[in-house]
Amino acid sequence: MPSGLIPFPFHLFSFHHPSLSRNPSHTDLRGEQREIMLSVLALTSVVLLGIASQTTAIVVYTSWERHALVGTDVRLSCSFFSWQWTSPDVTFSWHYRPDGAKEAISIFHYAGGIPYVDTKGPFRDRMEFVGNPSRRDGSILLKNVDFADNGTFTCDAKNPPDIAGSPSHVRLFVFEKVPVQAGVITGAIIGVVLGLLILIVAIYYLMRFLVARRVFSLSMSKHGRKGKGKEGSQQKQALAVTDPAKLKAAASEKKKQESRREKK
Amino acid sequence: MLAILLATIVLHLTDLIILFISTCANAWRTDGVRNYHLWYDCTQKNGEADCSGTSDADWLQAVQALMVLATIFCLISFIFFLCQLFTLVKGGRFFFTAVFQVLASLFVMSGAIIYTVMSPEMKNENDAYGYAFVLAWLAFPLTLISGFIYIVLRKKE
Repeated sequence: MPSGLIPFPFHLFSFHHPSLSRNPSHTDLRGEQREIMLSVLALTSVVLLGIASQTTAIVVYTSWERHALVGTDVRLSCSFFSWQWTSPDVTFSWHYRPDGAKEAISIFHYAGGIPYVDTKGPFRDRMEFVGNPSRRDGSILLKNVDFADNGTFTCDAKNPPDIAGSPSHVRLFVFEKVPVQAGVITGAIIGVVLGLLILIVAIYYLMRFLVARRVFSLSMSKHGRKGKGKEGSQQKQALAVTDPAKLKAAASEKKKQESRREKK
Repeated sequence: MLAILLATIVLHLTDLIILFISTCANAWRTDGVRNYHLWYDCTQKNGEADCSGTSDADWLQAVQALMVLATIFCLISFIFFLCQLFTLVKGGRFFFTAVFQVLASLFVMSGAIIYTVMSPEMKNENDAYGYAFVLAWLAFPLTLISGFIYIVLRKKE
């Protein structure tokens, strides 16, 4: 049995066959078939996991790109995924290739529980190890970045016995002024305008609903009073009325007024 | 009456199509070799296209947003028109349709003006405005006229 295998919850599957005690009816046979299928599925997945833990490689994760202002600190994160448990011999190493250069130089190495920070290269006195190897985190912190730090950083992690895998790159861009990302302003303008539109439509329908329900009367009722005095007094009366039938009649009266006004 | 209705619908659809093409086609400026703006910047190199997103200039994003909004509002006004055609009372005005169409025309106008004012200088003689830019400026008076027609139009008794 390979070490580090995820323990499979065998106790969830019981090989108890209730159908054997009774006469095997049609439904009991189906239940039996289902149990057999489930146990076969469980065994296959266990076998596959066992094989997978031997054949898949370690996968290293970093960001794709990092953008930073001149003079600020940048945290380059690096993590990995591995089927094995985190070994005490786990190693992290960072390489740096400046923009336009062909070769990468080594700037950081973590092995045997000790981080070794660059003391001679371009990042001397500017780099700090802020990762937590027992939690599979090998991040470094670059302080006070400058335009000369533009380039590609490569993180390589090894988790013995899982050592086969490819390193991951993160590009660092150092800006004088952080540019507005593509589409932020576009999305903001579109979102605000459409939001206002929906808000206005909602308020309009709410007002119409409230006016129809006589919760309060708007200046629209003034036109009614100008044309027909009887209607005005009728509206004043209606405010005190709680009879639903009269409310409905008043609402339909109001709608007729509106359509007559629209015709004009 | 039917002729007027058909003409109005045709005008509105033409507006919609022009706005769609102007927003989606990436040809607001041309360089002789390549069309660029509004969305990305592609150069043809030995048959291969080398594309990059346009610079994140604020004004360009504003133009993008205004063109998209104009298209959306034109579409909404068309849907409202079809809706109001069947639900409006006799003699009623296509109020909502007109409002959205006029708003769409205002957005297109703002977008076209911002682009005209802020677009970079023409450096060589091959630099010219592309067809999408022309379409955007064409869409502005067409949508405005369409909007005014809807203000005046009434449903027949």
